[in-house]
Amino acid sequence: MSVATKTDKIQRLAELTAGSETSTGASLWREALGRLKTSKMAIIGAVIIAAFVVVAIVGPFLAPHSPSAQIWRGEVFPNKGEFVGARGENWFGLDHLGRDLFSRMLVGARQTLLVGIVATLIGLVAGFVIGIVSGAAATLGGETGQRVDSVIMRFIDMMLALPSLLLAVSIAAVMGQSLTTVMIAVGVVQVPVFARLLRGAMLVQGGADYVLAAQSLGVRKRRIVLSQILPNSLSPVIVQATLSLATAIIEAAALSYLGLGNPDPAIPEWGVMLAQAQRFFSYAPMMGVYPAVGIIITALGFTLLGEAMREALDPKLKG
Amino acid sequence: MLRLVVRRLLQLIPTLLGLSVLLFLWLDRLPGGPASAILGEKATDADVARINRALGLDQPVYVQYWRFLKRIFQGDLGTSVQTGQPVWDEFVLRFPATVELSLLAMIMAVVVGIPLGYLAARKRGGWVDIGAVSGSLVGICIPVFFLGLVIKEILAVKLGFFPSYGRMDTGINATDVTGFAVLDGILTGEFDASWDALHHLILPAVTLASIPLAVIVRMTRASVLEVQDEDYVRTAESKGLKRSIVRGRHVLRNALLPVVTSVGLLTGSLLSGAVLTESVFSFNGIGNFVKTSIDGRDYPVLVGFIMFIAMVYVLINLLVDVAYSIIDPRVRVH
Repeated sequence: MSVATKTDKIQRLAELTAGSETSTGASLWREALGRLKTSKMAIIGAVIIAAFVVVAIVGPFLAPHSPSAQIWRGEVFPNKGEFVGARGENWFGLDHLGRDLFSRMLVGARQTLLVGIVATLIGLVAGFVIGIVSGAAATLGGETGQRVDSVIMRFIDMMLALPSLLLAVSIAAVMGQSLTTVMIAVGVVQVPVFARLLRGAMLVQGGADYVLAAQSLGVRKRRIVLSQILPNSLSPVIVQATLSLATAIIEAAALSYLGLGNPDPAIPEWGVMLAQAQRFFSYAPMMGVYPAVGIIITALGFTLLGEAMREALDPKLKG
Repeated sequence: MLRLVVRRLLQLIPTLLGLSVLLFLWLDRLPGGPASAILGEKATDADVARINRALGLDQPVYVQYWRFLKRIFQGDLGTSVQTGQPVWDEFVLRFPATVELSLLAMIMAVVVGIPLGYLAARKRGGWVDIGAVSGSLVGICIPVFFLGLVIKEILAVKLGFFPSYGRMDTGINATDVTGFAVLDGILTGEFDASWDALHHLILPAVTLASIPLAVIVRMTRASVLEVQDEDYVRTAESKGLKRSIVRGRHVLRNALLPVVTSVGLLTGSLLSGAVLTESVFSFNGIGNFVKTSIDGRDYPVLVGFIMFIAMVYVLINLLVDVAYSIIDPRVRVH
């Protein structure tokens, strides 16, 4: 047998293996989607998220009042403990400055969704880049790569050692008080989580037979990483992204409670509304309950979907 | 075992060094700066330069960093702007309160969470399981400070079952021995003080326990589900071992491994959760102090707290590793 036919044979074998690997990869996703469709958790989660997204999109147009208009100012006396509760025109009543709570909830949904999405994207993108570099270095980089990986991981460990809330506070202290600050602060906190997850998944995949096959065929390292290891390492990252949408919204509320939320009264956000309501909680509990319930239900929606996805993607639960 | 501890302690050094660089850069970036803080906004450039020279702020960055590092190494975390006292002293004063709170919260979470998670897994799909799973999902999604507000409003303000703020009633004259209020009462025989302190602790601890409880329930449940189908469990059952032995020695002991890790990590996060909880209940621990420092832009306190918490976090991780090697003999071999 000549050398040429031999390599040809290996090539075909490798293509076969690699092919079957990627095809199980694709069918893993299809299978997962099938399981997701029958999961009650996933359906409830998806319905909640869909409703939230619809409100976030059309809410500001439906709001009967401007979120910053103090229409009923003369009637609200927070100091005396008199609040205008729910009534005909104001379904949720008025807040401490006489603004229509229902309108503020509708308009606020968009900001809340925005905070969640942008913060998660920041964490996801930055974490993804760090994770992929670290994972690639660790699996295919040889000795130098492993050293690069361990330096990066020390840094990530350091970020994880910081309490997330305090990290966010420190960032907000430098950048000042605004919605952007909250998004960045909450996003940065997620970076080490995503980086670690992706790296961990890549390490597992890096030891798989199909990677060895591709390597022995002389496939370029960059290609192995991007088209073989990476697609097979994505599922935990996607699950985490869904879950972290929930965390981001909750953390943003906590930052608002600490007084670092968006100060602009014209752009209401549920976290800020909840934080403002806590001073009046004894006289006007509903003022805090509405935004809190909004946050809890939304976070629950993302958590349910994320957990259902995790279960659906878990190969151990197959069959 | 000793080697493990030493190695982990050595690993602590680069982490803390890196952290100190980050914190130093952060302080450097803060708007304002000490000169304008001391002189106010109307300061002339000459005055600012004079102050900067006096504080050594005109020196190159690495010289400043070296001084910063030396200071921290000597346990000098700076002076609190709010109280005028050294940050370290303020922490030491308030640390026992926070430890008491976190400890009680963690005990609650573990004592309720592990049995609940175990029961949920054993009766999978039953009402305990459904209740535990949905309860823990909701628990994770409630903002901690809101939960605290609701609990306080209902159980303390409206119903009056518990005190709504503070560590102890003002009328009680307790002797301070260790700073741990509950322990002090027991040591000195002032049991009413102990009881009162415990009474004050319960609501904040329940609030603080919510997230670790939710995590522990789910973790234990998932872990037991995984372990109870293992081959060694089936082997143990089929060779006729008593059920209680199989469940205790084979299922629970192995299922608790990941739970121990998460308990350790959660303890670290309790300290930052304490910032929210303590402030809701005006509980005078480190968390509440940090909250007022955030409000008052008291940066030395924040820097000190971050260094402090990072150290606690790494030490807890170390403890987890040691605990791990005790529970799981396989770890010791490596």
